[in-house]
Amino acid sequence: MVSYLINGISLGAIYAIIALGYTMVYGIAKMLNFAHGDVIMVGGYMAYCSVSYLGWSPAAAVIFAMAVCTILGITIEKLAYKPLRDASSLAVLITAIGVSYFLQNAALLIFSSNPKVFPNLFSDMFTIKVGEATVTSVAVVTILSCIIIMVALTLFTSKTKMGKAMRAVSEDRGAATLMGINVNSTISVTFAIGSGLAAIAGVLLCSAYPTLMPTTGAMPGIKAFTAAVFGGIGSIPGAMLGGILLGVIEIFAKAYISTQLSDAIVFAVLIIVLIVKPTGLLGKKLTEKV
Amino acid sequence: MGNMLKVEDLHVYYGSIHAIKGIAFEVNEGEIVTLIGANGAGKSTTLNTVAGLLKASRGEVEFKGEKIAGIPAHKLVSRGMSLCPEGRRVFQELTVRENLEMGAFSRPKAEVNESLETVYELFPRLKERYKQIAGTLSGGEQQMLAMGRSLMSKPALMMLDEPSMGLAPILVEQIFDIIKEMNKNGTTILLVEQNAQMALSIASRAYVLETGRVVSSGTGEKLLKDDAVRKAYLGG
Ligand SMILES: Nc1ncnc2c1ncn2[C@@H]1O[C@H](COP(=O)(O)OP(=O)(O)OP(=O)(O)O)[C@@H](O)[C@H]1O
Ligand SMILES: [Mg+2]
Repeated sequence: MVSYLINGISLGAIYAIIALGYTMVYGIAKMLNFAHGDVIMVGGYMAYCSVSYLGWSPAAAVIFAMAVCTILGITIEKLAYKPLRDASSLAVLITAIGVSYFLQNAALLIFSSNPKVFPNLFSDMFTIKVGEATVTSVAVVTILSCIIIMVALTLFTSKTKMGKAMRAVSEDRGAATLMGINVNSTISVTFAIGSGLAAIAGVLLCSAYPTLMPTTGAMPGIKAFTAAVFGGIGSIPGAMLGGILLGVIEIFAKAYISTQLSDAIVFAVLIIVLIVKPTGLLGKKLTEKV
Repeated sequence: MGNMLKVEDLHVYYGSIHAIKGIAFEVNEGEIVTLIGANGAGKSTTLNTVAGLLKASRGEVEFKGEKIAGIPAHKLVSRGMSLCPEGRRVFQELTVRENLEMGAFSRPKAEVNESLETVYELFPRLKERYKQIAGTLSGGEQQMLAMGRSLMSKPALMMLDEPSMGLAPILVEQIFDIIKEMNKNGTTILLVEQNAQMALSIASRAYVLETGRVVSSGTGEKLLKDDAVRKAYLGG
């Protein structure tokens, strides 16, 4: 029971970190970046290569993966999404799906479809006993990372000039421009942060579930997107809460109901929440824009 | 007195709608100039184009003697141009103080406090409410916040789009007093108004817009006495 809860929370913490990327990009650029999940996979491969081929330390591997994903995120935004800034949201969505396929196929070409066994970067650090249950170091690192990221992002958006500018852009792009805020660079920073977080999520995910394939990011990406909607898309605490609840529900559904049905149960819960509260758990009411 | 803003043969389209059909006007340093006209005449379109939010299909806009076509809107702010947009558009979820800080986005951190003092002096109410979430302010307070926010960039030219919209008469008077005060402090003003009476009474010069064209212009006094203007905009 306790161990399921801890597993659920640590899986949920990974969803939460991914969901933050979805939610921030949605809040500020007003688009669903469906390629976000695949950035996780790229982060996984980058960490895998730097540890397995180059023999780097786990810390160096994480930093390298973050650097690559950050640049990748900014590049994707510049090349694929920026030209569509005033296009219909359907065009942007289709482009995002295209980017997702592109990343998966590029990975297929470079790394082949053979699963790689991801080295557990945090395996033999320590274990903690909570009553009967043992908590792995991966779980501890995951939950701690999630908390640190949450606190850091909250401070960033409430205290820094760039963070406040992001909130202003998210509310009213035109008015923000009139303040002298460069909306394009604000959006770039958002993609950079989201993609950097995706890299961390990739490393944590692959450490906990060590099979790495070109499609590794797809399912967690969809789940994290669900988590972001569940918590209220656009809301940072919402992404956190949504991610963790989703992880816990998924693990309990797997343990007590059925492994095959667990995903269906997760989505059923989402649908129920959206029927009761269409803006998600912590979502704000959608204000009419003039 | 130097030339602050000079607009020549400006044309603006929304898709196939020809909203501005070759207007020309100028604003000299230290003046209050007003654009008046009925709903849909093209007043907001003109201001938004000058501020760089919309693209002109033809024509010139010169600001402080420099052509500014193609300069992105956010860069015009640090050059000394500020637009307080129609409908206030304060950041509803930010506090009063944060809204004002956003107004000073283009300025070095050290100068923000000085600007805050200036704005608080003009709008003491904003100082009292600095922690309040802007969305919970009254309409009048939001208008003051919008004006204060635009002033935070310390503009040479401040454009105001219908600052009196939806306000009680007493507040309208207060807002116009503050506009005069800002002007006295050295800010050149380009004012768009539906309230032609008030606008003409404080303006050095005025232009009357009708369906995308300037149909009349002159000093505020002259237009206040003009028969056609009185009929159309001053209720006889
Ligand atoms: N986004 C838009 N798309 C299409 N047409 C527009 C758009 N904005 C304005 N127009 C049209 O351009 C013309 C000028 O509009 P504008 O908003 O500049 O008028 P205005 O003088 O500011 O009016 P008001 O006093 O009502 O604010 C109008 O005919 C309007 O319908
Ligand atoms: Mg208007």
